[in-house]
Amino acid sequence: MSEQNTPAAAAPEPPAWRQVFAKIVNGSTLTSILSVVLALIIGAILIAAADSDVQEKASWFFYQPGDLFGAIWDTVAGAYSALFQGAVFNIDRSYTVQDFFAPLWDSIATSTPLIFAGLGLGMGFRAGLFNIGAQGQIILGGTLCGFLGYALHLPPGIHMALCVLGAFVGGAFWGFIPGILRAQTGANEVIVTIMLNSTAIYLLGWLLTQPSFKQTGSINPISPPVDETARFPAFFGTPINLGFLLALAAAFGVWWLMERSTLGFSIRAVGANPEAARTAGMSVPAATVWVMTLAGGLAGLAATSQLMSRVSDQLTTDVASTFGFDAITVALLGRSKPAGIVAAGLLFGGLRAGGYTMQAFTSTPIDVILVLQSVIVLFIAAPPLVRAIFRLPDPERRRKVKEVAA
Amino acid sequence: MKLELRAVTKKFGSFVANDAIDLVVEPGQIHALLGENGAGKSTLMNVLYGLYAADGGQILIDGEPVHFSGPGQAMAAGIGMVHQHFMLIPVFTVAENVVLGHEPTSGALINLDEARQLVRDISARFGFEVDPDALVEELPVGIQQRVEIIKALSRDAEVLILDEPTAVLTPQETDELMGIMRDLKQQGTSIVFITHKLREVQEVADTITVIRHGKVVGTALPTASQEELASLMVGRAVDLKVDKDAAREAEVALRVADLTLVDHSGLTLLDHITFDVKRGEILAIAGVQGNGQTELTEALMGLRKPTAGSITLDGDELVGKSVRQIIDAGVGFVPEDRSRDGMVASFSVAENMVLDQIGHDPFSHGGALAMATIAEHATTQVEQFDVRTGSIEAPMSSLSGGNQQKVVLARELSRELRLLLASQPTRGVDVGSIEFIHERIVAERDKGTPVIIVSTELDEVTALADRIAVMYRGRFVGIVGPDTSRSDLGLMMAGVDPNNKEEQR
Repeated sequence: MSEQNTPAAAAPEPPAWRQVFAKIVNGSTLTSILSVVLALIIGAILIAAADSDVQEKASWFFYQPGDLFGAIWDTVAGAYSALFQGAVFNIDRSYTVQDFFAPLWDSIATSTPLIFAGLGLGMGFRAGLFNIGAQGQIILGGTLCGFLGYALHLPPGIHMALCVLGAFVGGAFWGFIPGILRAQTGANEVIVTIMLNSTAIYLLGWLLTQPSFKQTGSINPISPPVDETARFPAFFGTPINLGFLLALAAAFGVWWLMERSTLGFSIRAVGANPEAARTAGMSVPAATVWVMTLAGGLAGLAATSQLMSRVSDQLTTDVASTFGFDAITVALLGRSKPAGIVAAGLLFGGLRAGGYTMQAFTSTPIDVILVLQSVIVLFIAAPPLVRAIFRLPDPERRRKVKEVAA
Repeated sequence: MKLELRAVTKKFGSFVANDAIDLVVEPGQIHALLGENGAGKSTLMNVLYGLYAADGGQILIDGEPVHFSGPGQAMAAGIGMVHQHFMLIPVFTVAENVVLGHEPTSGALINLDEARQLVRDISARFGFEVDPDALVEELPVGIQQRVEIIKALSRDAEVLILDEPTAVLTPQETDELMGIMRDLKQQGTSIVFITHKLREVQEVADTITVIRHGKVVGTALPTASQEELASLMVGRAVDLKVDKDAAREAEVALRVADLTLVDHSGLTLLDHITFDVKRGEILAIAGVQGNGQTELTEALMGLRKPTAGSITLDGDELVGKSVRQIIDAGVGFVPEDRSRDGMVASFSVAENMVLDQIGHDPFSHGGALAMATIAEHATTQVEQFDVRTGSIEAPMSSLSGGNQQKVVLARELSRELRLLLASQPTRGVDVGSIEFIHERIVAERDKGTPVIIVSTELDEVTALADRIAVMYRGRFVGIVGPDTSRSDLGLMMAGVDPNNKEEQR
């Protein structure tokens, strides 16, 4: 080896966590479904173990083991049946057709913000950006949406459209900031978005103490209610409103953008191989800014389904609830694809809605839902574990073998 | 130690990767295993090394049947393997890597002194000059490979398997490796040398076994001609010479003047480079890897901003333009690292075919992709460039290296070019495809396009070039004719201009 032969400067490998992240985000649908199944099984074990009746029966297990299994079955079946009835069809306690379907409408209504925010996050994931700022983006979207909703007084259609636009712009602005910072300075989007989540909530908290935001006469930091003219029309007396249709339209729009437009093509290329994208003349910074801005806008729209409905038409710091964080799970479970995100959003909406019923009618606490959600994330992040449990072959290995064989 | 494989068969599903392969490695012999990418060479060696279980056949050592269920057993039996991708831990020292897995211990601690001594002993025996305390990540590739060899020898390997060892090496490093292989042989180690490079086989092998489609198709002696070996490998007659007429005299299309690039640490990567390329001419840039070729191509493509100098194509200044603008000015680019810069592995063949043209008519209109046109384009190009793929929707990662390169080349040649810049156009490509790619490049030249080829393979340079520029430490040592002797080119690659030899001394 001669000394003049300095090896070509190797390009910096993307950090290991980004590669792992890409793998998790681009996993298979099967892993998603199996993760949910596994989570339900683990949930069942927890429900049984936490139940006082089961605990009591377990103490005389050796006298009458049948009692224990009976108790376990009763508890788990009771809890999941209540969950199902609270999320999909109300079988036991319905007197009218309305009652029967009411849980399903609730689930769908709850899923709307999750779908919006999940779509935005999913776009970022496909561009290789781990945007966890949906929470802050929803808050900013809500701030603008809510303000336009009560401060202006316009004719119905126009007012509604303006509020939707406001939600989008507010969220987009909050997404643009980490986007431009990453594009221009390389600032890590994970850290910037976490910080902006906090910034957003304190910003809104402060705004709600200001006269132009605070409801007159209220001592609480809460805004006046959004005008009737700015509300989504609801369908047939159900809690479902135009917002859900808007979410479905957004899902289609995101699909079209990612799969059928040049911008989506660039975003996907940048996400999959930024070096090749750059060599092919694409602008990596531009794609980053676009994706973060659009993702922020979509997350911002999540606020509309809250503020522009009858559920919570006043702006508070709780406008985003935990939607921004739950949406991360939704996007992961949905494999960052619009159809998957809609499905995952509906599932999580159902879990949320059904959880209350389960808590009300059985001794199972609603925290189990949180455990279910967390376990789902855990399994999605560990596809090898899921494969091992179900004895599935490793797709990557199979591909490697094929390559060797080719 | 005599190693014998008898009727070894390995299947992956219905695919037979190794079909009843017989192979005998005599003691103290260099046995070359020659075959195209995907012929089944690596699979066979992985069976031998205990990484794959064979579906049939036997492995015998000195006449005794053996059975390995893992590399540990193979190593214990005296078989060592140097993988194409090194199995070293970059942040460990040489000594630590060498003893990894069989660490000499004193009490509960690793005895590093003993490990260092081990490295020194083996280095001394073969003249390796490896510092046992150097961190592996700081060593050049050639030396890392030696660490791998030392690692195998430290386990008393009597048969050493080298899997495509020269794929990552420069010509000099390759020569040095050949020397090491001969030394090892002299000291009684047998070597199984897996490769698809004919020149190397001829230079160093004692016996050659050629594998094609998982079967042994013949054995040959190193005295066989390259054409004979190549036709055995590919299964048909192969023309290794590129047929081309002399370049016609034409006007200059590309002028590069005083191109200089100094990086942020003050290192001069490109040193006042001046050259021009005429229409219908191939200028080949030769040189040992890492002498500024990468930087030169990047500067030409606008991927790096030069510190000074100008690049004009048909009178238009390219310096300061974006990559997009340069591509749109009609510059076709085949990057040297295909999988990093030239393609998106998870994208389909069709998508990769339009990777740098997606924003243009007819592949998109007003920001919407024209799916039908993209598919049609891919179908045509796949046919024209004989890309072997299941479908145009198949992910690029499912294609072999040669076919991936054909996709990249097809993409760049599918439009009107004013300059073709191809860097290492046949790296990691099988012999059959090399021939095809070379023909295409010459055809593009004959259309009147100025062509720049950057290659570290002298064979490729001499086969394609109308003129040869040799790069050394960021500057052009000289630009010479295509009939310059290999030895003169070799001197130039080391920085000596043969025309000015006297002055240099």
